[in-house]
Amino acid sequence: MTEHASDKAGQWMRGGGPDQDVVLSSRVRLARNLAGYPFVGRADTNQRRDLLERCRMSIARADITPGLHWVDLNDASSLDRKLLVERHLISRQHSKATSPRAVAISEDESIAVMINEEDHVRLQVLRTGMQLQDAYDQADVVDDVLERQLDFAFSSQLGYLTACPTNVGTGIRVSVMLHLPGLKLTGEIDKVRRAAKDMHLAVRGFYGEGTEAVGDLFQISNQTTLGKSEGQILFDFQDVVIPQIVEYERKARRALADHRATVLDDKVFRAWGTLSTARLLGSEEALYLLSYLRLGLCLDRIDSVSMQNVNELMLLIQSAHLQKIAARPLGGPERREFRARFVRERLGA
Amino acid sequence: MKCDSCDKPATVHLIEIKGGQKIEKHLCESCAVDEGVAVKASTPHISDLLEKFMIKHGALEPTQQTVRCEGCGMTQEEFRKSGLLGCPHCYDAFEEALAPLLGRAHEGASQHVGKVPSRAGIDEIRQRRLMQLRRELAEAVDAEQYERAANLRDQLSRVEAEDD
Ligand SMILES: [Zn+2]
Ligand SMILES: [Zn+2]
Repeated sequence: MTEHASDKAGQWMRGGGPDQDVVLSSRVRLARNLAGYPFVGRADTNQRRDLLERCRMSIARADITPGLHWVDLNDASSLDRKLLVERHLISRQHSKATSPRAVAISEDESIAVMINEEDHVRLQVLRTGMQLQDAYDQADVVDDVLERQLDFAFSSQLGYLTACPTNVGTGIRVSVMLHLPGLKLTGEIDKVRRAAKDMHLAVRGFYGEGTEAVGDLFQISNQTTLGKSEGQILFDFQDVVIPQIVEYERKARRALADHRATVLDDKVFRAWGTLSTARLLGSEEALYLLSYLRLGLCLDRIDSVSMQNVNELMLLIQSAHLQKIAARPLGGPERREFRARFVRERLGA
Repeated sequence: MKCDSCDKPATVHLIEIKGGQKIEKHLCESCAVDEGVAVKASTPHISDLLEKFMIKHGALEPTQQTVRCEGCGMTQEEFRKSGLLGCPHCYDAFEEALAPLLGRAHEGASQHVGKVPSRAGIDEIRQRRLMQLRRELAEAVDAEQYERAANLRDQLSRVEAEDD
């Protein structure tokens, strides 16, 4: 499956996109359901199998570029499923379920279509940096192609009908992964959280729903899906809200560099010191240290490592990735040792 | 006074006029219920009280047990518990309960604005028919009624094949 690529990050995670100093990645997700079927939660095993087969055939017939690989999650090992979660290609919920379900993934991992998650079809497009419009345009094209094959449940009043009423309408979820160490260090992060809440946006950690923000990585997404067009939702998000947060973060970073340079350098070089010498490294600690290293790179305080290297490490230090790289299962203590060695090697230390 | 039918004290006193004759009846509560002349005493049950209490305090809205989606068979109660709907038709079936929820979730909106599928999908009636047939089929398979299941499969493919 994605075996050949487990020691590399998908294109969307390697960095290099617009506003990459603050915006790691952009994602657009569309929720769709087939008309004439119950939603997944109410469908029995036979119906789910039927749905799965229908979607598999439609995706196979559809002319989607780049082409999609079908991964039947009932056949995938738990390690492979965990890898897909760590790469943001499937949800935790989808990984853990046991009923007939799948995901179709493009070679470059920019497109992933989950089948039989909460909705019959959940299509996502990932991009590096701030490229929401681009991500939406591709999602829209794939949606059009699928729609030629499948009848999606739609009502003129409520739009695309979804299992959860909070997704009804456009069924769209746009989100960005933000690196906000500046706002964290200057204590302004709660202001951003509150402002986001007032604007009906959800703020989550790196690992998605219900997780704390580890390593100063925050995922921000829209919540309103009814009564606003996709274009309006995108505009509000990428042209109004996110640029403001990005500016706040840059201002906070500049303030740190101008007024608290020693404190800043202390954080950055301690992070470098620990990462390049540690013999045991937990994933949370590693992510937290990589976050400071990234901050130091963005502010030109350090040049002993590349941005792409740090971005990739943020992904690869997760446990399923490490076990793929090691090509064997690793228990907790062994994993921490392996992680420390892997990071040292990658940093050339 | 004792009950006419048993030895318990009579608490229900009735005067019936039958064929111009006055008949007096003195019954205990349970015999009155048995004879169909009284309804069970209305000492409120604790769960009813709790429910009323919760309704008052907004924790639970009055439920209509009978609201059920024709498409998938889900009851409003089931929807309340899971927060997830059973099928597209649930949006019609639970329209009333959904309206305030949709308003809260979507900044007061109640009308879709945005993308519309470029080709008209299968019509409402056929969608509902397909849903019902699939539900009956699942039930038939569950009950190991294979003949009925085969029959339903035929019907299903006929409806699916109807040109749209
Ligand atoms: Zn009696
Ligand atoms: Zn329903």
